[in-house]
Amino acid sequence: MSHIKIELKQCETDKLREICQSFNNNPGELINILHKAQHTFGYLPAEVQEFIADELKMPVAKIYGVVTFYSFFTMLPKGKHPISVCTGTACYVRGAEKVLDEVKRSLNINVGETTPDGKFSLSCLRCVGACGLAPVVMVGEKVYGRVSPDGVKDILGEY
Amino acid sequence: MNNIKLTIDDKTVEVAPGTSILNAARTVGVDIPTLCYFKLGDMPIENRPGGCRVCVVEVEGRKNLAPACVTECTEGMVVKTHTIRALNARKTVLELILSDHPTDCLVCAKSGNCDLQALAQKMGIRQLHYTGAQSHYRKDTSPSIIRDMDKCIMCRRCEMMCNTVQTVGALSGINRGFMSVVAPAFEMDLEHSVCTYCGQCVAVCPTGALTEVDHTNAVIRALADPSKTVVVQTAPAVRAALGEEFGLEPGTLVTGKMVAALRRLGFNYVFDTDFAADLTIMEEGTEFLNRLTKFLEGDKDVKLPILTSCCPAWVKFFEHQFPDMMDIPSTAKSPQQMFGPIAKNYFAEKIGVSRKNMVVVSIMPCLAKKYECSRDEFKVDGNPDVDYSLSTRELAMLIKQSNIDFNALPDEDFDNPLGESTGAAVIFGTTGGVIEAAVRTAYELYTNKPLPRPDFVELRGLEGIRSATIDVDGFDLKIGIAHGLGNARKLLEDIRAGKSHFHAIEIMACPGGCIGGGGQPLHHGKLDILKKRQMAIYREDAAKPIRKSHENPFIIELYKEYLGKPLSEKSHHLLHTVYFDRSRSPILIKSNGKCE
Repeated sequence: MSHIKIELKQCETDKLREICQSFNNNPGELINILHKAQHTFGYLPAEVQEFIADELKMPVAKIYGVVTFYSFFTMLPKGKHPISVCTGTACYVRGAEKVLDEVKRSLNINVGETTPDGKFSLSCLRCVGACGLAPVVMVGEKVYGRVSPDGVKDILGEY
Repeated sequence: MNNIKLTIDDKTVEVAPGTSILNAARTVGVDIPTLCYFKLGDMPIENRPGGCRVCVVEVEGRKNLAPACVTECTEGMVVKTHTIRALNARKTVLELILSDHPTDCLVCAKSGNCDLQALAQKMGIRQLHYTGAQSHYRKDTSPSIIRDMDKCIMCRRCEMMCNTVQTVGALSGINRGFMSVVAPAFEMDLEHSVCTYCGQCVAVCPTGALTEVDHTNAVIRALADPSKTVVVQTAPAVRAALGEEFGLEPGTLVTGKMVAALRRLGFNYVFDTDFAADLTIMEEGTEFLNRLTKFLEGDKDVKLPILTSCCPAWVKFFEHQFPDMMDIPSTAKSPQQMFGPIAKNYFAEKIGVSRKNMVVVSIMPCLAKKYECSRDEFKVDGNPDVDYSLSTRELAMLIKQSNIDFNALPDEDFDNPLGESTGAAVIFGTTGGVIEAAVRTAYELYTNKPLPRPDFVELRGLEGIRSATIDVDGFDLKIGIAHGLGNARKLLEDIRAGKSHFHAIEIMACPGGCIGGGGQPLHHGKLDILKKRQMAIYREDAAKPIRKSHENPFIIELYKEYLGKPLSEKSHHLLHTVYFDRSRSPILIKSNGKCE
């Protein structure tokens, strides 16, 4: 798999070390550590995984295995405003796919991609636990409920 | 705790609590098929992911079928392994696995030795009812191992070997669902990973997903080239296992037939890696005695324990994982790589053949040896000291292809001068053997007294980590032995922590040592086979007229005529090597970027 070659900066490795240490460098906490690392970096490039492997003294292949297993983790940089369209059962039957198509059309990107200006990225997720609001779209931490394809334009306009 | 009584296929079985249905059934001759389950005798090597679902059985009172490998026996349990429901489920599971498998058995390297193929035969699968998507991956060829993941059935035996047993961590299950596969980190080529090429993944792979790089055709071409003098060397563990490929009982020694077969294949000189093993003992043993003498004289900087360096997978392991300790292993090359330069210099000069017209082939129980002979430091102007390394399995294939009736061959002797060896060299093929050979020589050189007996039974066995204290004329020599890289790691971490009390440690990467190497005939989880090979090695040692390396007359002559003495300038040049830091830490090196 091709990945973007980056160079981690001192402050970034310090931050990663701090995250690992906050979990006592315990390999059993790997998922929590990756979660925090992704929250900090927006994504989990190979270099971040290698650094965590060194800190936790575990094989980087195992970390890559976990990163590729969970759809939440991503190795591609996210946009400034990551958009997540819920395609869980409830949202799906209430028309999430049409909403997703409209987002793709408006931004001219596919799921897993980022706009060339780095402003938006698009992903799908499975259920945010707000099925009463289906279909649900998240932009960053903000949750939008009962979204219709027509409403996509307004949501994107906020950013 | 009391034993548990249950019934399996109308047979009463009594087992210890915690026993799985699968293992309980095996004790009464009921062989429930499985693809993912793997266990190597009573060694702590077990794969039990409960993933393939081929072993499902019916348990009275239970609604669904039970996977026999992960279901524990309970008191009064009634198990039926071949009801219509169990058989149908098993066949369906198998057909689904086969629906995502290339059915190219006719040309597959594993054909005839493949667990999946054998099971399809056993279950009488004659038609594939399911057609669906097929997984396709790029073929990954490294210097030793080929990964063809189209043939992977996700049993994860390789992952268990690589991570739990060897603690190498090159392979992991990645992705999920239909996309899941076993791969190195970031799906990089094996060649760029931390893989040591120990080949234990190949040794346990039930299909053709993991196989060795085949050099038999290159060797056939060299043998057919009249301008080439082709020299072959055979490692000690090969003679104790090659016979299995020709239907002989495990543990049958076929040294003489192997020599005869190699001669009939057309090798100009049939030599023995054992000769180079004796040479290794001279160099490594002398290096050890030098370090020990300095240590006893109070030198605080001297590096002890000394670690053996015969095993290329072990060498690559410490280059990746313990680069801070590269001054601890002996600098002596492995016997394979000592043989190369002696053949291409000393022997080539003797018979008046130029280096470029000599081809050195090694027959090894090992896959890492293929990688080892390709390392740049073992080449002169691009010409390798050892040109090709064939596994025991490849040699068997070569013999069969050449229409040689192996079992009918007479016993023949190795050629001289590089074919003469001692019992000490033979035991290099098993865990504990290298250090026993070293002790035999070190004892006599250190004390100037003859050894009361050459056998050090306290160094023998199959325990993963062993230790022994040997009385060397009043001095307590402390020896450590590890086989399997996970066990080696434990001893290395002790050294790093300053807790090791050993003077010398022998390490071999494969469980059992070279007798269990990744290039040997497949043992299919039968530890008995390894035990019989080990006994054969000790039998050959005991039958040798000379059993100490420094008494090998051709070794004595080699030093007199050519090398001078152990650790001489010439020895250093030809027989010693350097190690390279292969730890991956691109970030740690490059982490000086400015922060915003």
